[in-house]
Amino acid sequence: MAPLIRLTGITKHYATAGAMDVPVLFGIDLAIARGEFVAIMGQSGSGKSTLMNILGCLDSPSGGSYELDGRDVSALGDRELANVRNRTIGFVFQGFNLLRRMSTEDNVALPLAYAGVGRAEARRRAREQLTQTGLGEFAARLPNQLSGGQQQRVAIARALVNHPALVLADEPTGNLDTRTSNEIMEVFTRLNAESGITVVLVTHEPDIARHAHRLVRLKDGLVIYDGPVQGAAQ
Amino acid sequence: MSYVQVLLEALRAMAMNRLRTALTMLGMIIGVGAVVLMMAVGQGAQTKVNQSIATMGSNLFIVLSGAVTSGGVRFGTGSAQTLTVDDATALAGLSTVKGTAPLISGGFQLAFGNANWGTLVWGTTPDYFTLRAWDTDEGELFGDTDLRSASRVAVIGQTVAENLFPDENPVGKTLRIRNSPFTIIGVLARKGQNLDGRDQDDTVFVPISTARQQLIRTPFPGSVRMIMAQAISEQALAEAEAEMTQLLRVRHRIREGQDDDFNLRNLSAVAETAAIAARAMSLMLGAIASVSLLVGGIGIMNIMLVSVTERTREIGIRMALGARRRDILLQFLTEALVICLVGGSVGLAIGVGGAWIAAELANMTVEVTLASAGVAFGFSAAIGVFFGFYPARKAAGLKPVEALRYE
Ligand SMILES: Nc1ncnc2c1ncn2[C@@H]1O[C@H](COP(=O)(O)OP(=O)(O)OP(=O)(O)O)[C@@H](O)[C@H]1O
Ligand SMILES: [Mg+2]
Repeated sequence: MAPLIRLTGITKHYATAGAMDVPVLFGIDLAIARGEFVAIMGQSGSGKSTLMNILGCLDSPSGGSYELDGRDVSALGDRELANVRNRTIGFVFQGFNLLRRMSTEDNVALPLAYAGVGRAEARRRAREQLTQTGLGEFAARLPNQLSGGQQQRVAIARALVNHPALVLADEPTGNLDTRTSNEIMEVFTRLNAESGITVVLVTHEPDIARHAHRLVRLKDGLVIYDGPVQGAAQ
Repeated sequence: MSYVQVLLEALRAMAMNRLRTALTMLGMIIGVGAVVLMMAVGQGAQTKVNQSIATMGSNLFIVLSGAVTSGGVRFGTGSAQTLTVDDATALAGLSTVKGTAPLISGGFQLAFGNANWGTLVWGTTPDYFTLRAWDTDEGELFGDTDLRSASRVAVIGQTVAENLFPDENPVGKTLRIRNSPFTIIGVLARKGQNLDGRDQDDTVFVPISTARQQLIRTPFPGSVRMIMAQAISEQALAEAEAEMTQLLRVRHRIREGQDDDFNLRNLSAVAETAAIAARAMSLMLGAIASVSLLVGGIGIMNIMLVSVTERTREIGIRMALGARRRDILLQFLTEALVICLVGGSVGLAIGVGGAWIAAELANMTVEVTLASAGVAFGFSAAIGVFFGFYPARKAAGLKPVEALRYE
């Protein structure tokens, strides 16, 4: 079966005002199969977030090809890309990125609204998802009435509500203490193990990366290690 | 995302920033209110003029005794009475003229019982009422028999009736005009103001023969103050004017090159001028008010642009969650539209209220038409779309990564 993600020779350079283009990714080849749990590590500025944005169809690569779920992403129009972000991918950000003026429940229901699900049904499913994530009692609260760990769990519920094949998390525990980080990682581990959802996450902490099965290490825009987490040189 | 949901989100966003929303709306409220009010005032003025024109009678001319030069001194119009009853009869014989009526007049004190009223009394023929399409509300008009026998009968206007006979029917009563008793045989229908703003109902008509005998002394027998004439149709107006001028010049033995000793006025032309002036005023008021609507629209654009910038990150998040460009566009457009429509409705209410106050307190003729309400509403919607579109498109055109990175 074709891998869920296949990157071939992906390059990325940013155009900056005045100065020359800044090259960030120098040809990334990467294939990730369904059900994998991948951690991406690397020094600050090595291009991890850049790669995640390309994987998430939030940004387009400068060169190379990206196949997601058997489809060439570069051939997709705005509308189809929005659809992919809506249905195939779930995002979890370091800064949670919840909409602050909406209740927890409405935040979680938002991807469903963009999927065309009716309001009542979307709310029902959002509440269900929150309950599964252990946040049922917070459905009516505003995000800023929750702790950081709770907010990140809400964000995960939002990422999962549309049953994506792939969850992308860019430093999901970056703003959290160790105990809360472990709780969040347990959530990822469980949804990977129980629901078979492919998880790709970026982290700086080896303890966090240990929850994954496979490690991809970047350095200066190139993959310098790709293999099991165990045995990876620290 | 369904339209209902887009609308709910727009309302939520507006509720987040109540003061700003209210101030933005205020621009719309003032704009639409001003347009509605000004259009009501303009329309009212137009209606008033049109009503005056309608009560005037159609295709009418007035012939006045003209300026006369006497020993090098030019006297004003009517300074010499050169017109006669025979002129009127002759003019009526023209093929383009439907009818004529000679008129003489004088100001008199009227009395009934203890009540007094000063007004202008006119002597004329029964044809006058036909020309003006003027009938009685009560009683009847005087006829040719009254004219021939110079009977002491009078037909009075509504204003005179109200002032002299506040709570009784004037028909059959005896009115004293400068101490001469006249029997009131009819009360005329109400006509309202004429184009000059004079009350057409403050008047008394008596047969011209009676007037000459009892009330009004004329320079010579048969002379009249003016003649009213009616052309057979609108198309015949120009021809009637030419023929009447020609006939009067011949009758008055005016030589080639000499000035007319009469003054022929086409009342339709006067009416048209008045109507054009009223329309121009109406348009100008509307144009001035539209400027404030435009300013309101620019205010909306300004606020929407600020709002898009402030919510850049939100837009990025929404895009990451699957919002299409269309969804983002619709979201901001809806916000602009809601502000405009709510502001427009309130403005409409205020405009209508203002028009009512102007009518009640300032005694102005105002008229709020359904069309002006529709125009105001349509305008505010159009402004919402027009001035909301640019900011909304700007929001929708953002790249997801860039929007998400925005601090
Ligand atoms: N929009 C941009 N314009 C120009 N350069 C950029 C832009 N975004 C990122 N870069 C540059 O690209 C490089 C990689 O950035 P990226 O955010 O991918 O790093 P990262 O590996 O995620 O780092 P960190 O661990 O600090 O999050 C950096 O040198 C950064 O300066
Ligand atoms: Mg990063």
